[in-house]
Amino acid sequence: MPSLNRHTRPEATLVEPRHGGVSADIRRGVTAGIPIAIGYVPIAIAFGLLAKSSGLPNWVGMAMSFFVFAGASQFVGVNLLVLGAGFGEIVLTTLILNFRHFLMSAALSQRLETNVTKKWLALIAFGVTDETFGVSALRSEAKLAKGFVLGLNVIAYTAWNAGTWIGLFIAEGLPEALKNSMGIALYAMFIGLLLPSMKRSREVMTIALLAAAIHALLRWLPIFAGLSAGWTIIIATVLSAAAGAAIFTKEANRS
Amino acid sequence: MNPIEPASSASALHTAPWALFSLVLAMGLVTYLPRMLPLALLRHMKLPPLAHRFLRFIPFAALGALIFPGILSSTGSDQVAAATAGGITAVLLALFEMNLILVVAGGIAGAFLWVQLML
Repeated sequence: MPSLNRHTRPEATLVEPRHGGVSADIRRGVTAGIPIAIGYVPIAIAFGLLAKSSGLPNWVGMAMSFFVFAGASQFVGVNLLVLGAGFGEIVLTTLILNFRHFLMSAALSQRLETNVTKKWLALIAFGVTDETFGVSALRSEAKLAKGFVLGLNVIAYTAWNAGTWIGLFIAEGLPEALKNSMGIALYAMFIGLLLPSMKRSREVMTIALLAAAIHALLRWLPIFAGLSAGWTIIIATVLSAAAGAAIFTKEANRS
Repeated sequence: MNPIEPASSASALHTAPWALFSLVLAMGLVTYLPRMLPLALLRHMKLPPLAHRFLRFIPFAALGALIFPGILSSTGSDQVAAATAGGITAVLLALFEMNLILVVAGGIAGAFLWVQLML
C-alpha cells in the first residue's frame, strides 16, 4: 500500500533541519552551479552566433533561450527553420529531443524535499536540464532543498541567456581553437560528477559503462542510423537503468 | 509579413513575427511538459522497490550515455584526438576528486593544448 507508509511517517523526519533557510539554500545552489555556467556560456555564444548567421531576427534567438532553455533543440530548431521545415516537424523534433527530461524529472521527484508548493514546483521544473539534473542528482544529501535546486537553475538559466546575447550582439572575437576546445566543458563536468560515484560503487560503475556502451552501439551501428540523438539517449538510459534495477536488487547504501 | 504565407515554405525566414513567436512558445511548451509532469505527478507517490531502484539508477545511466560517445565530437568534427586528450585529463582530475570547476578547466585545457601542440 503506497500511501500507508507516507502517512505513518512522522512529518518531523521529512524536513531536515538546515541552517540559514531558503536564501542560504539558493546561495548554495548558485555556487554549485558555477561549473554549469562555465560550460553554458560558450555553447550559448555559439547558439547566438548561429542564430545571427541564420538570418532570423535577433529576437528569435533571444526568445528561444528565454522560453525553451534547451541547448540541442534550439540549435536544431534554428537549423530546421533555415531549411524551411514545417512548424509541426520542428515542434515534434523538440519534443523528442527533450523527452529524456521526463526520466530525469521522474528521478528528481523522489529526491525533492516534500514541502514544495505548486508554484515552486512549476519554477523548478522549468530549469531541469541534463546539467542541472546531473549536479542535483549526484548530491550526497538524501533530500534536495527547493531553494538549492532553484539557485542551480537560476545561475544556469542566467548563463545560458547571457551567452546567447553575447553571441548575438558581441561575439565573433573569440579565437576558433579556444571556442572549439570549450565544447568539451560540459562533458568534462559530467565526468567530474560521475567518476567519483563510479569509483565508490560497483553498481554505478556497471550501469554507467553499460549506458555508454549501449549508446555507442546505437550511434555507430548502421541499422540504428534512423534514430535521432533524443531517442538514442533515452533508450540507452532506460535499458541500463532497468538492467541495474533488475541485477542489483539489494538496496545499496548511498555513497 | 504576410500572415497567409504557408509556414512550411522555404521562406520560413520571412514568416510573420507572430507565427515565429508562436513556434518558439510551442517549442517551449513541449520542452516544459516532460520536465514538469513527472515532478507534479510522482512526487508524493511511494513507488514499488523495483521502480524506485530504476529511478535511483537513472542519473548514472543518463550521465554515462550523455558522455559517450558524444564527447568524441565535442571539440569539432576532425578533432577526436583533441577531445580524447581533454577527456583523459578530465577523467584523471575526476579520479582524484578535484573540484568540479578544475575538472572542467582541465578538460578544456587538455583539448586546447593538444590542438596547439599538434599544429
